[in-house]
Amino acid sequence: MLEARGLCKSFGKVVAVRGVSFSARDGQITGLLGPNGAGKSTTLRMLYTVLKPDEGDALIDGRSAIADPLGVRRSIGVLSHGAGIYNHLTARENITYFGELHGLSRTDRETRAAELIELLEMQAFADRLAKGFSQGQKLKTALARALVHRPKNVLLDEPTNGLDVMAVRGLRKLLAQLRDAGHCVLFSSHVMQEVEQLCDEVVVIANGQVVAAGTLADIRARGGNRLEDAFVALMEPGQTTNDTNGGSRP
Amino acid sequence: MNLRGIWAVFRKEFRENLRDRRTLLSALVFGPVLGPMLVAGVVQFSISHAEEQSDENITIAVMHAERAPNLLAYLNARGVDSKEVDLDEAGARQAVATQTHKVILDITEDFGKRLQEGQPAPVILYSDRSRGFDRQSVDRVRMLISQYGVEIAQLRYLARGIDPISVLPLSVQEVDVSTPSSRSVLVLNMMTYLVILSMLFGGLYLAIDATAGERERGSLEMLLTSPVPREHLVYGKVLAAAAYMAISLVLTVAVFSVSMSFVGLEQLGITANLGPRAAAKLIACCAPLILFGASYLSIVSGFAKSYREAQTYLGLVITLPTMPLLFAGLLGLQAKTALMFVPFLSQHLLMTTVVRAEPIEPAFVVVSVASTLVYGVILMWLAGRLYRREALLG
Repeated sequence: MLEARGLCKSFGKVVAVRGVSFSARDGQITGLLGPNGAGKSTTLRMLYTVLKPDEGDALIDGRSAIADPLGVRRSIGVLSHGAGIYNHLTARENITYFGELHGLSRTDRETRAAELIELLEMQAFADRLAKGFSQGQKLKTALARALVHRPKNVLLDEPTNGLDVMAVRGLRKLLAQLRDAGHCVLFSSHVMQEVEQLCDEVVVIANGQVVAAGTLADIRARGGNRLEDAFVALMEPGQTTNDTNGGSRP
Repeated sequence: MNLRGIWAVFRKEFRENLRDRRTLLSALVFGPVLGPMLVAGVVQFSISHAEEQSDENITIAVMHAERAPNLLAYLNARGVDSKEVDLDEAGARQAVATQTHKVILDITEDFGKRLQEGQPAPVILYSDRSRGFDRQSVDRVRMLISQYGVEIAQLRYLARGIDPISVLPLSVQEVDVSTPSSRSVLVLNMMTYLVILSMLFGGLYLAIDATAGERERGSLEMLLTSPVPREHLVYGKVLAAAAYMAISLVLTVAVFSVSMSFVGLEQLGITANLGPRAAAKLIACCAPLILFGASYLSIVSGFAKSYREAQTYLGLVITLPTMPLLFAGLLGLQAKTALMFVPFLSQHLLMTTVVRAEPIEPAFVVVSVASTLVYGVILMWLAGRLYRREALLG
């Protein structure tokens, strides 16, 4: 369970996030939808504790990201934007390294890595050095790394960027599995179709603010049958307030 | 303290860099092998050059040789051959400047006449004193000419019934008290400098890779979401850099110790104290610097946005702490307590003492080791603080 409560964040004079509140429930996939620069990444970064909010708080399973960041980190799995992996380690070593950082014992992290390698169908490249991996292989490695400690909550920042169709399908399947296993999954995207195909709930962000939130049906109801139409309808008023808001994070 | 986390980061960085050719080359090859080879080569060169200088005949160009056949015969008998050239003054300057001739002796027109009349007879020596190796030839020629002059003077005194000894009221006798070992310091000063530099280079690439490199690859953000406090992540990285520096230090000193035993130092009248015991002492003197160096490099590369930027910074910054060493060499600084508080300088002075085979003051060692370790811990703590900045993510 993830809860954003009035999150605000500025970088110098640029206001990136201005009072974002929403919640993402367990057993659901929640999509954070918005154009580039809307504040999606900044919001996620506050949720996964690498940025401290200027105002507001993020609660993960009721734990405050400000007061107990280490506790929060134990219960989240993160795939950051363009998540890099270590080129001079094998895929398996990349995974077990994070298991070790999460305090898993040697046998524990090795069994878990083997599980994930099977789940993500990484057997063919699991023991190769990550140098020269394809985008899809890199993503799988980074995903497995994020899941090594069986986190209750999974946060992914634009996970489908640069992936081919097959890899996206694989990712979709995995996220659905996580949801069915009762995990709370939150991912950000600027691609409508992705959100449409995958999410149970959508939070639409523009100019650092939540402009709409609810089930896909709720959002569609606000502006036409297709999510894309609804999205455009939501963005339009945002554009007129652009001048007064002073823009979003570059 | 999350020791498991620190240990995990340390092991991963150590292993990952073991597979990185750049790190390995700089830690195990460049510093430890090339440095000592450079020094051994320079020493070997100066040995063979010194031998050449004293033994070999030199040839100088002479203008108007016919005006002073006796002088030239005198020079010739003492290993200075002459070769006749036909130049004017401008031509002589030109020839020396362009190195056509290294030394040119010009016998002036009235040389013979003035010599006969008992007047000072001028000769002109052209040379380029900015060239070190030529300087020795010029000095030798000038000394021989003066000697020739003195011999003529003595003959004149005798001819006038004066004892030549009475016109030599002073006699300077030089006593050189430098022992073979202390003389070796002049040559081996370069060595302490290279040991310290090579040690720093050993951890350089790991420091860059673990900070700026990790950020550039985009793996830093994921790392920061692990439940290990940020400063502990940094400590693991600093310690991994320190481990590579330690390997580099031990290797460099070992290679120095072995390679210098092959160089004919005794031919320079030098014995360097570089046996296994001395090598162990050198390593022990330098070891406290490792933590300082690793933290220092990690801090600087922590500010860089990319691998390249970090490389640029560190290229400049890595020589900074070795500046006191250059001053120590120029000023001829001696070990004293106050200087033991200066990192790098204190290690240099202690190593110099070891190489000179002089007794080491225990208090100096205590001050040097303790103060350098304290600085190292403070710097490591600072590096940890640096990683708590949000700007780190860029």
